[in-house]
Amino acid sequence: MKEKVFQESIKIIAKENLGADYFKLSLSSPKISHSAKPGQFVELRVSDANIPLLRRPLGVHRVEGNTFEVLCEIVGKGTELLSKKEPGDFLDVIGPLGNGFDCDLPSAARQLPILVAGGMGVAPLIFLAEKLAERKTKNSKFKIKVLIGAKTKSHILCEKEFKKLGCKVKIATDDGSRGFRGKATDLLKKELSTVSCQLATVYTCGPQAMLKAVAKLSGAHNLPAQVSLEAHMSCGFGACLGCVVDTKDGYKRVCKEGPVFWADDIIWG
Amino acid sequence: MKAKLSINIGKLKLKNPVMAASGTFGYAEEFSGFMDLKKLGAVVSKTITLRPRQGNPPPRTCETPAGMLNSIGLENPGLDAFINCKLPVLVKTGVPVIVSIASESGWPEFVELAGCLDKLKEVAAIEINISCPNIRSTKHKAQSVKLISQDPKATYEVVKAVRRATAKTLITKLSPNVTDITEMAMAAERAGSDAVSLINTVTGMSVDVATRQPKIACVTGGLSGPAIRPIAVRMVWEVYRKIKIPIIGMGGIMDTASALEFFMAGASAISIGTANFINPRAAAEIITGLERFLIKNKIKDIRQLIGSVKSEN
Ligand SMILES: Cc1cc2nc3c(=O)[nH]c(=O)nc-3n(C[C@H](O)[C@H](O)[C@H](O)COP(=O)(O)OP(=O)(O)OC[C@H]3O[C@@H](n4cnc5c(N)ncnc54)[C@H](O)[C@@H]3O)c2cc1C
Ligand SMILES: Cc1cc2nc3c(=O)[nH]c(=O)nc-3n(C[C@H](O)[C@H](O)[C@H](O)COP(=O)(O)O)c2cc1C
Ligand code: FES
Repeated sequence: MKEKVFQESIKIIAKENLGADYFKLSLSSPKISHSAKPGQFVELRVSDANIPLLRRPLGVHRVEGNTFEVLCEIVGKGTELLSKKEPGDFLDVIGPLGNGFDCDLPSAARQLPILVAGGMGVAPLIFLAEKLAERKTKNSKFKIKVLIGAKTKSHILCEKEFKKLGCKVKIATDDGSRGFRGKATDLLKKELSTVSCQLATVYTCGPQAMLKAVAKLSGAHNLPAQVSLEAHMSCGFGACLGCVVDTKDGYKRVCKEGPVFWADDIIWG
Repeated sequence: MKAKLSINIGKLKLKNPVMAASGTFGYAEEFSGFMDLKKLGAVVSKTITLRPRQGNPPPRTCETPAGMLNSIGLENPGLDAFINCKLPVLVKTGVPVIVSIASESGWPEFVELAGCLDKLKEVAAIEINISCPNIRSTKHKAQSVKLISQDPKATYEVVKAVRRATAKTLITKLSPNVTDITEMAMAAERAGSDAVSLINTVTGMSVDVATRQPKIACVTGGLSGPAIRPIAVRMVWEVYRKIKIPIIGMGGIMDTASALEFFMAGASAISIGTANFINPRAAAEIITGLERFLIKNKIKDIRQLIGSVKSEN
């Protein structure tokens, strides 16, 4: 089926600074909000000038009615310019783009989704958790586990939101200022060694090194894993062939065939 | 008042002089949701080779001031799959399809490609890409390989050979990575090319200072976007005064004003490249913008603009 993509000038409804260079924008677009799926992203123009030239990709963080949210970390000039935008300003946005997470796994067989987030990787996973939580029925044993890895306790994002959805959240920080001292992948290793995880499906987003480790761990336990990849994107909608990743079927465009892939299809360099 | 935008390139009649540049428009279907593709003057396909090419390893692109570097490496499905799977998609746009071709092995491959395409009525014209900076094998990645379009004799030979293989409109795409682009344009004209396209990307390089790694895997790549526009306009102007065949100008065209620069410098038509990535409606907006400019300035025919820059020499 051909999915619809929109290019629109969209109004910023609200903005929230979340500390530690993180901020959240709520954007008003019935079209994008109604068609977006977890794991998809949008391409934003952060300036009308030629520097920065290219759009910036950001995951769809949450959807509520006619608005959707993006969660962003300031890492360079583009995200810095974006952080200066205020409610009432308009942004030129293309979306929703890419192939998101596959949320339709046979629910009877797979009762345990494990979401692994590293840093900004939590951004698309809230939307995913919301969609997965809809599958929960009264007497099912269905339980979503969320493993969050962050630099320090002030870099932990979305903990409350996940808990509100009924997820079981575990936290690791690099400096041990909250939760386990270590990485999200350390939490996953511990999790997977328990018997209850035999029917788990792993969903993950975060830095490349973490994705690779998660893929390896899931593979070792014979668990299906979906990974949301990042690549430098010049267009975001399949036209430039710039964003490819090596897979078992040759190069695939992260922006079009991805950003979410099955971990065992990727050739992890 | 109505302004005339139509233009002829060889035997090819275009309803307007705005095309989508090779390699920057996917196979057109990626843009169907953004604009009415029927508005375009023509589409140029991604460059096709005889055999499939998987292209260069990632990362393949990075951003630079007012531009971008790419080293896609002519990823394409090869001639057969192109004809069977991609050409029909391009034809669906309803506008003339110009097929761009390149050779991995010298001019006989160009001749074979052109010979096959010559038989297809869906192909409106052939553009020979003798200027792609990304077609060397990755084994010699840091080594620059001489392009056909860096040698007037080689340019002449290839164009001449392809000319014999096809009666279709033939366009030769030139590289800016030369001392004197007019020599190459004149060689293409002498060999029977119906038009020249310029410019392809400018070879460039960018380093990530935190990691000391080149930002793209192939180390060097092709620079495109507004950053190269003055180079492109200058080259169009130089070539315009040396040849009689039409020039298809490109390089950093983002909007109507930058499109007009090219016509005034001597282009008969233009191609939109990198701008498609930033504003997928750019080509359609420029077509409307050109028409408005002509009407506002009481110019009846866009051909009156060609080479109209008021330069003394
Ligand atoms: C599918 C996808 C979803 C993403 N979702 C989020 C998100 O939800 N929240 C978030 O904070 N970040 C997200 N990112 C990362 C975000 O796009 C980059 O941080 C941002 O583009 C950096 O721009 P900059 O100008 O601030 O930094 P720059 O100084 O330009 O670069 C900093 C880093 O960002 C990378 N980058 C720059 N431009 C691009 C581009 N056009 N495409 C991809 N990477 C780029 C660079 O390679 C570099 O590693 C996502 C990236 C992708 C590919
Ligand atoms: C990602 C990318 C891929 C390209 N691929 C091709 C190609 O396959 N064949 C070709 O002749 N030119 C190719 N080009 C060059 C463009 O067609 C054009 O000549 C050049 O980018 C300058 O125009 P621009 O600045 O408007 O992009 C490519 C350019 C880009 C940015
Ligand atoms: S970013 Fe252009 S094809 Fe993916």
